[in-house]
Amino acid sequence: MALPYYVSPEQMMADKAEYAKKGIAKGRSIVTMECADGVLLVADNPSASLHKISEMYDRIAFAGAGKYNEFEMLRKAGIRHADLKGYTYSREDVAAKSLANAYSQTIGSIFSADPKPLEVELLVVEVGQAEKPNELYRISFDGSIIDERGVAVIGGKSEALMTFLKSRWTSASISLREALRLSVDALDTVTNQKLGPEVLEVAVLDRTRPGRTFRRLAPGELRVLLNSP
Amino acid sequence: MPLFLNDHGSSFYDFLVSRGQDLLRDAPQAGGHTPASGPQIHSSVPAFPHGTTVLAIRFQDGVLMAGDRQATEGFQVSGRRIEKVFRTDAHSAVAIAGAAGPAIELARLFQVELEHYEKLEGDVLSCEGKANKLGQMVRGNLPMAFQGLVAIPLFAGYDLKRREGRIFKYDVTGGRYEETEYYATGSGGKDARDTMKQLYRRGLTEVQVLRIALEALYNAAEDDIGTGGPDLVRGIYPTVKFIAVDGLRDVEESQIAAACRALIDERRERA
Repeated sequence: MALPYYVSPEQMMADKAEYAKKGIAKGRSIVTMECADGVLLVADNPSASLHKISEMYDRIAFAGAGKYNEFEMLRKAGIRHADLKGYTYSREDVAAKSLANAYSQTIGSIFSADPKPLEVELLVVEVGQAEKPNELYRISFDGSIIDERGVAVIGGKSEALMTFLKSRWTSASISLREALRLSVDALDTVTNQKLGPEVLEVAVLDRTRPGRTFRRLAPGELRVLLNSP
Repeated sequence: MPLFLNDHGSSFYDFLVSRGQDLLRDAPQAGGHTPASGPQIHSSVPAFPHGTTVLAIRFQDGVLMAGDRQATEGFQVSGRRIEKVFRTDAHSAVAIAGAAGPAIELARLFQVELEHYEKLEGDVLSCEGKANKLGQMVRGNLPMAFQGLVAIPLFAGYDLKRREGRIFKYDVTGGRYEETEYYATGSGGKDARDTMKQLYRRGLTEVQVLRIALEALYNAAEDDIGTGGPDLVRGIYPTVKFIAVDGLRDVEESQIAAACRALIDERRERA
């Protein structure tokens, strides 16, 4: 019987990380940003039906970049987690922190145990209520979890986008329209093309809405927001 | 709580069942013995609250759903302000009668079920689809029904494809039957149906249908000891919801109170 080749753990992890990064780099990007109305999510997504941004719970949204089938599986699992928790306890007990942790655990253990790591990056965002601040969590392919402030970016061109946005995003008091224009400007710049409303997927967690705060912005509404002076 | 990665489909109810966490099927085992069959075990379950009369009526813009506010335990009033009509999503509502515990749980679970499907699929269920799913959930409650914990819902929704309101009633086995005009269930259901039979006609306006609903509930409260009438002393009035193309809307309590007072004044003149 032939013995398997020895590969050092360092080498194995480095190979997996490189593989996952390559997979994610191929995909398009998603920007999320705090604004006066709540939290805005903007994805460069030419498909009108295969979503990258989704509602999780009353005040929580999800966005996934990378391999569609993998983040879609994680999205569904997250909704199950949230709905089960809300049904077992109460709607107000469902929090982005616990969801982000569950994602981090799952993705992390798949990264170290499975031969193929997940080629995904996730965003879990929660809009605050009254005095409570918004929460933006970014979860990487290896399960590492980053608690972001103000702006968070995932997907292929995330570093270039972050550089662009860091100097321009000023405060969470910017209006929804300003935030939308800034996000689209950033995506336009890094992709070197003009992204119209038909290739953008935009949603907002609207602080002012009671109950389920998640709302998608239709192309018509986007056109008005982007083009009006 | 972990993540559930394996495919469980789009139904929250089926997900709970697969985890063995289905509260509806976890029938309390009265006195520690398992009932063989039939409703003869009734007496072994201690007294528990019952909801009484709920109804639904179609009108020109959609469908109205209403219920009285009383819960009874045997010959005692156990609650004067309970809610029996529940919003389940933007275009549907469930009204419950019978064993209040499992019935309210059924409505709550159904509400999560619809929202869960909507989030997973990115699409809302059709009106027919909602009615069928509710039927399956009622059937899941059958073991508890055998112990006397009968929970029968009434479902009303606005069908966005057909552009009309629809009413579905159920039996204990999960049988689903569509009603084309009106229906009422619960202990005062028969009395409410008799009233609606006299007053119902096609193409009712909002004001007319509200009046008929309140009159039906009033008559049910007069002839059925379980049903509560409008309580002018405490200011408790029936709950009424309209479901139309632009969604579900609660009728303001002040509007219901005014309509109830007008109704009572008319009765007083007649007496």
